[in-house]
Amino acid sequence: MTREPTTERGRLRVRGFDADATTDVDWSPDRGGRTASRRARAWRRFSGNRTAVAGLVVVVALLVLAVFARPIEVAGVTVQPFALAPYAPATTDVAPASQPPSLAHPFGTDWAGRDVLSRVLYGGRYSLAIGVVAVALGVGVGVPLGAVAGYVGGWVDEAIMRLVDVLYAFPFLVLAIALVAVFGQGFWKLVLALVVVGWISYARLVRGEILRVKEEEYVLASRALGVPDRSILARHVVPNAIAPVVVQATLDVGTVVLSAAALGFLGLGLPPGTAEWGSMLSASRDTLMQGQWWVTVFPGLAIFLFVLSINLVGDGVRDAIDPQGDSRREAR
Amino acid sequence: MALLEVTDLDVRFYTEEGVVRAVDGLSYEIERGERLGVVGESGAGKTVAGLAVLGLIDAPGRIEGGEVRFKGEDLLSASDERLREVRGGEIGMVFQDPEEALDPVYTVGEQVAETIRAQTDLAESAIRERAVETLDRVGVPDPRERYGDYPHQFSGGMQQRVVLATALACDPDLLVADEPTTALDVTIEAGILELLDDLADEYDLAVQFVSHDLGVVAETCDRVVVMYAGRAVERAPVEDLYYDPKHPYTAGLMASVPRLGADRDRLPTLPGSMPDLVDVPPGCRFHPRCPFAEEACTKREPPLVDASETAADARADSHQAACLAYTGDLSGDLDFEVEVRE
Amino acid sequence: MTLRRYVVKRALLTIPILFGVSVLTFALVKLLPGSAVDYILQFQDATPALRARLAEQYHLDDPVWVQYLLWLRDALTLQFGESLISDRSVSAAVVGRLPETLALGALGLVVALAVGIPAGVVAAVRKGDLADEASRVVALLGIATPNFWLGMLLILVFGVYLNVARVIPPLAPVYAPESLRFLLLPAVTLGTASAALLMRLTRSSMLEQLNEGYVRAARARGLSERTVIVKHVLRNSLSAVVTVIALQIAFLVDGAVVVEQVFSWPGIGRLLVQAIHQRDFPVVQAVVLLIATAVVLANLLADVVYSVLDPRIRY
Repeated sequence: MTREPTTERGRLRVRGFDADATTDVDWSPDRGGRTASRRARAWRRFSGNRTAVAGLVVVVALLVLAVFARPIEVAGVTVQPFALAPYAPATTDVAPASQPPSLAHPFGTDWAGRDVLSRVLYGGRYSLAIGVVAVALGVGVGVPLGAVAGYVGGWVDEAIMRLVDVLYAFPFLVLAIALVAVFGQGFWKLVLALVVVGWISYARLVRGEILRVKEEEYVLASRALGVPDRSILARHVVPNAIAPVVVQATLDVGTVVLSAAALGFLGLGLPPGTAEWGSMLSASRDTLMQGQWWVTVFPGLAIFLFVLSINLVGDGVRDAIDPQGDSRREAR
Repeated sequence: MALLEVTDLDVRFYTEEGVVRAVDGLSYEIERGERLGVVGESGAGKTVAGLAVLGLIDAPGRIEGGEVRFKGEDLLSASDERLREVRGGEIGMVFQDPEEALDPVYTVGEQVAETIRAQTDLAESAIRERAVETLDRVGVPDPRERYGDYPHQFSGGMQQRVVLATALACDPDLLVADEPTTALDVTIEAGILELLDDLADEYDLAVQFVSHDLGVVAETCDRVVVMYAGRAVERAPVEDLYYDPKHPYTAGLMASVPRLGADRDRLPTLPGSMPDLVDVPPGCRFHPRCPFAEEACTKREPPLVDASETAADARADSHQAACLAYTGDLSGDLDFEVEVRE
Repeated sequence: MTLRRYVVKRALLTIPILFGVSVLTFALVKLLPGSAVDYILQFQDATPALRARLAEQYHLDDPVWVQYLLWLRDALTLQFGESLISDRSVSAAVVGRLPETLALGALGLVVALAVGIPAGVVAAVRKGDLADEASRVVALLGIATPNFWLGMLLILVFGVYLNVARVIPPLAPVYAPESLRFLLLPAVTLGTASAALLMRLTRSSMLEQLNEGYVRAARARGLSERTVIVKHVLRNSLSAVVTVIALQIAFLVDGAVVVEQVFSWPGIGRLLVQAIHQRDFPVVQAVVLLIATAVVLANLLADVVYSVLDPRIRY
């Protein structure tokens, strides 16, 4: 042996242990498929989650039912000719008023003789559209504002976060009610009210994530090495922040649908008489005492089923991309 | 009869990645008043072995086999109630990170006191008195005043003394110390080790000292078990192990210990890392990292056998190693040796 | 930092938030389209002279910031003027409804705490068991059930079919036995979603704490499992739970607005909805300001309790 590696500790010296002579250092068990990407692993975990998949199936089913409930016309051209719902939601006197469920009208008829089944199917359009649009816009407003607050800091951060604090002082629904009172009724006004109330949770989430990542050593190191802010944001901050935002947004669809329905129930969302699930319940409040359960049970069941399913999906998404449960659901 | 006899201990963790065989057929014993060092890299199973003695393996882990006999009593089949008597009463435990081992919302005094409360029927005032005494014994200054302080008001070293007090409050016979100084500064470490030494002498306390630091073990312990990938690879009295290591892994560990002023251009390190315990290499688990590995090492798993040079040495506390070199299956020689510098 | 200094510092921090709340509440009405006089007149025709007089009475010709300061001065002395619909003063109307809402909210919170925390503890301790799975399902159902729908179903079952509960509130003071009995269903309706959220939170908070080193250390000291869970794990989990209870106050207020509507319970939530339908904006402003202030103070209280529970915060 030409070279004798030695080492010593105190008086002891090991001679002849040649670390470089090992033959097979990189022995590693064959695992097959362990290198799958983050997204693929998340999808595998999600698709293995039976309740989450069931939730997704229900959400998609409700979506399909809503879209195909009645034909859709765009500028006079029918783009969706199917009609799963037997009647138009607003057609009155399709049968005697306030009839319990029957073969012809499986969900019965309401006080104006409208077919409840048709209205429930059609009503999905309002709830689903409000939920998705309001959440998407809320993300669109909250994420950039939160990112700017967190990254720029200083007075910009102060201004944005004080606004967030003030908005947080108002209970979600109370503020939405007050805003609807000011804006007036209508789909886009309702959405606007929900966005004004809803963006703050994303702003907080993203800001917090950015502040956390900014302190990570690798980011400090990249900065010291002169890596431009933009690429730090793109490489380290955004990927870390996306997961909690996606989880929050999915779960928020449920919250927003519930709030929109509550506003409808209070008679503050869409114009009265609209086949929106909450508004339908509002009208049924008066006929409840006569035991007309069907006008209450079915629209409520639709809201319940949708919110339950979207929450299952949200929980599944969270478990899939964040198996340790690091990003906890906001309690609100 | 030894104070603690562990035989063929087998602990497995059922994780998403697969079954982790954290401790695999481990045997050792500790005599009364004896200090046994359990050494290995992180993940070798030495902490798990310590927890298993107290039955503190949480799901998804399970003790799947073996025996843990304490004063002749099998603790693995003991009732929960009996186990609670043993924990804190006859066997105390000290943890790696004292800050984590203390509940942040209770005063340090209360945490010592509640151990005494769980084990004795003393009146509250007597419990308090004894807790103060114990704090004093482990070197917490002004124990009466500091009794009502919270853990975060203590330094790391003082926190570890408090943890030691919770472990020793009921005069146990055995102390399981899981890397008790790893989280501390070197200067603090010396103080804690010295305290442990004194207490063990004073109270005839046996210690199972878990550590990754061969140097610390050399100073503290009487005998040593070296663990690799869940198994014991070498067992020896501390002197024998240091002057005459028998297993290549032990030699490698000793070779990789850094030393101040070493006249070498780079530190020798043990190449590679310990295998994932879900999929251990076939044959000898150390073979992928062993400079002396041969074809046979990938096929046969070496048993822990007597490795003393002369038959006369083959006593109960003999020097044992798990390497094919001692079963005659190796064609080459383990040509490492330890030189003692004068 | 001593506890007292912490509380003072934390209380001072609420002042800018309350200021922002007042600005926003004031601005809400200023955002209404059209002339403020029309809202005061409830869109009835009036002579230009009357309109001018009203504009002067309500300082509508002054700069906005002067209007704000005048309004704030009145608000600080709890004078919100008169309702545009009835001749009652706004303060009297709000105060008159307050006990009803407080009673409902308190009972709802009791339901939420009494069900949510014990269920969460059991679910955490029995993680993976049938009890845990069952509580998970119940919580999912509880969170997804719209409270107005739940309330109506309860009325349908207990009021209409079984006929064991009143469907219309009794004409008695809040503290009368029949009122409290009536409040049972509304309280359950209000507390269900909160109980579900609290349960999930208690569970996850407990599970998080169960992984802490002090739990293993406590077991290693021979403490009984009951002591470990109740004295150490639950106690440490409570800090997180208290924070959420404060957030639950806002959630309960939202719920109360809806539940009062379902059960025709004459609280401030019903007053708010009524006022909005009648475009009675002084009442809307007063109620919104009151609610937001209450929520801010509840959060302050929660932070103080939190600092009492967790000695690390104070120092």
